Amino acid sequence: MNVIRSLPSRQLFWPVVTLVALFVLNVAVSPSFLAVRVRDGHLFGSLIDILRNGAPIILVALGMTLVIATRGIDLSVGAVVAISGALACTIIADSSDPNGLGTVLAACAVALVFSLVLGAWNGLLVAVFGIQPIIATLILMTAGRGIAMLITEGQIITISSAPYKTIGAGYWFGLPASIIIAAVMFALAALLTRKTALGLLIEAVGINPEASRLAGVRARSIIWTVYVFSALCAAIAGLIISSNVTAADANRAGLWIEMDAILAVVIGGTSLAGGRYSLTGTLIGAFIIQTLTTTVYTIGIAAEITLVFKALVVIAVCLLQSPVVRERMHARRPTITRKVAAS
Amino acid sequence: MGARRRAPITPADEFDEKGTSIVSTITPTPTESAITTVPAVEMTDISISFPGVKALDSVSFRMFPGEVHSLMGENGAGKSTLIKALTGVYPIDSGSIAMFGETLSIAGPAQAQAAGISTVYQEINLLTNLSVAENIMLGREPRRFGAIDWRETRERAAEILAQLHLDIDPASALNSHSLAVQQLVAIARATGVRARVLILDEPTSSLDTDEVAELFRVIRDLKSDGVAILFVSHFLDQVYEISDRLTVLRNGTLVGEYLTKEILRIELVHKMIGKELAVLDDLEGKTKAAAEAVEGDAPFLRATGLGRKGSIHPFDLSIAEGEVVGLAGLLGSGRTELARLLVGADRADDGELTISGRRKRLRTPRLALSERIAYSSEDRKREGIVDELSVRDNIVLALQSDRGWFKRISRKRQDELAQSYISALNIRPANPDALLKNLSGGNQQKVLLARWLAVAPRLLVLDEPTRGIDVGAKAEIQKLVANLAEEGMSVVFISAELEEVIRLSHRIAVMRDRRKVADLPNEDVTVSQIMSLIASGAPAIDEEEQQ
Repeated sequence: MNVIRSLPSRQLFWPVVTLVALFVLNVAVSPSFLAVRVRDGHLFGSLIDILRNGAPIILVALGMTLVIATRGIDLSVGAVVAISGALACTIIADSSDPNGLGTVLAACAVALVFSLVLGAWNGLLVAVFGIQPIIATLILMTAGRGIAMLITEGQIITISSAPYKTIGAGYWFGLPASIIIAAVMFALAALLTRKTALGLLIEAVGINPEASRLAGVRARSIIWTVYVFSALCAAIAGLIISSNVTAADANRAGLWIEMDAILAVVIGGTSLAGGRYSLTGTLIGAFIIQTLTTTVYTIGIAAEITLVFKALVVIAVCLLQSPVVRERMHARRPTITRKVAAS
Repeated sequence: MGARRRAPITPADEFDEKGTSIVSTITPTPTESAITTVPAVEMTDISISFPGVKALDSVSFRMFPGEVHSLMGENGAGKSTLIKALTGVYPIDSGSIAMFGETLSIAGPAQAQAAGISTVYQEINLLTNLSVAENIMLGREPRRFGAIDWRETRERAAEILAQLHLDIDPASALNSHSLAVQQLVAIARATGVRARVLILDEPTSSLDTDEVAELFRVIRDLKSDGVAILFVSHFLDQVYEISDRLTVLRNGTLVGEYLTKEILRIELVHKMIGKELAVLDDLEGKTKAAAEAVEGDAPFLRATGLGRKGSIHPFDLSIAEGEVVGLAGLLGSGRTELARLLVGADRADDGELTISGRRKRLRTPRLALSERIAYSSEDRKREGIVDELSVRDNIVLALQSDRGWFKRISRKRQDELAQSYISALNIRPANPDALLKNLSGGNQQKVLLARWLAVAPRLLVLDEPTRGIDVGAKAEIQKLVANLAEEGMSVVFISAELEEVIRLSHRIAVMRDRRKVADLPNEDVTVSQIMSLIASGAPAIDEEEQQ
């Protein structure tokens, strides 16, 4: 009984409820929503679609979570998505052997390495020059699309490369490859931050940078690292997106994905003020956003009110997590929350 | 002019001269029957508590029109709290506030301003990217047809500046001026709202001598206009130069109100610092004995001419292994600044530092930590605790960052560390998973001590480790310091409480006006000896060196 009563105050309670509610809504409209079929040894179904299409948001939100935990934000991820897709597709299109595995691996490697450079640039501006993260990454957000345009020479590059198509649309072990890639990155991030001390140090820097500096934490390297990781995640997402449509569109690839990613992080319970973060929360947040998009299609909401519908759900989740609403909902329990101010 | 300045108890005369119609309506207090006017501000029995702390305990305070009144006290004495009660930032738990005889209930800063109370804070809160005129008139720009009348704005700003005899172009951008001028603009802004009470919180902390003189001229002008000015500064010389009267607070209680000309500096310092219960007399013998053992050893750390411009004058200091060096001095005397150079928190721009005979440059706290030098800051909230993390995380933080992110201290080892320090330092609640923000100040301090002890430092610099914590915790921390030193750890111990410094230290360095003025072995040193070193008269010689 007590467990049930304390559930609503858990950080991830409302996001999970929202996700379940969305599933219920979908099942009500289309009863086959939860069905997963096996065809040719591959899994199919709406849930699988959500996972597959959600992979880019999950990846970008993963990097974003760590950036936000250090009190930062990375607006440039959408541009990095476009750049990495543009680079990989251009290299494949220009090569003599677009279907060769070597070509595709080289193209992906170039795109990923270049994203590390982009992430290092963001990290340089934030960690070394002390520019506010929102401004520092705004630079690449706007300039990045230009770089992508330069790479594609203003064209939409369409390619035909079977190995490349696997990344976004193929299957490994019966599952969409993009899901596996996202899962591996998620596991990697979780291991890297929670099995080492990186997570603790990231949180310490995000909560109190000056105290952390005096405790000998290398705040600068840590901040640098999270921006590089964020760009790497965005670049992988860029590969998946361009591979899925076998084309690189410098203008539209990854458009507004930074907003979805930030939203996923916030819905997942990580505060924009920095500090404690939850990768699992981010994962659920990303699922909610992707499920919303799918729901819009399944229940046949008119295209022109799609964004309004999305906004309403997001507002509801955010309100449910706001301290004021939480306090009201627990009004019966007396709580003392007067702020202590040092005299 | 001189006569008027020396006559703070006859502000009524000034008003009569000017024909102001304020007449004495209250019965004068028996002790100072000369006071015949109504106080501009009268705060009676003000109490304010925060959870676990009584910040102000039934404090009364008054100031008269046309006087400069200094509010004195060490950190945590309750100065800021009293000011914030007056300016409506904190609600008062009990007591009353009256202005010119009328009881006020100040519910917020806006109301305080409407009543004529203006404040200029230490960090100038102006908009440096706007013009001087815009800053002075911000929020009350003259309007015409709903739009701001810029010409009128500039003219009115120019008027206000002229009243204060300030030659500043109202159209110039604020950030084109020095901090001192910005400070003056802040005062112009404050007086522009027809202030009857002006609060200046540490207005001189970043000004040089000439700039202070200019500020004082403006203060005297305002004073002769009948404004009551509350002046807060940790520079004793300035307090004595400008103020007519002063009120001393200590630990949230009122020590007394005095006429500046009637209280000697040494008395004032004594009243600010106060006496402490002799809790640990037995420690004294112990440290004295250790002092002898220490002599003759090669120093662990030696600073030669170490200094930093605008922060602390070059000083020499050596610390032997197992030695406790006490730093005595008032707040702002340079004791923290000295410590920060030893631990890499600030970079020295002069002199050199040797550790175990080798020359080192401690550019960051990280480098200092790798030399096993740990620093516990006086600003627990901003530079110490990581409040959203658990007690365990806070304890292992420095050790973990010293080992690097990849070599995570195993959970088992973390728990052992946390458990052992929780029981050794008697941390309450004894729960390693509790978030640090939920612990009391004293327990937070113990967690921070544990963080530094966990790195097994060879030199531990403790800046006000016992401030704002209860007597029991204080005694525990003092005992701990003595024991650590006995085991060979060097300690720099900074405290505003001289008894504490004398009890624990083998050697005492005295700080005044950002320089080290004395370095004495602790052999029968008395509190009054140190107080006279802290207070002794004129400012140290070469001021221009600071610029």
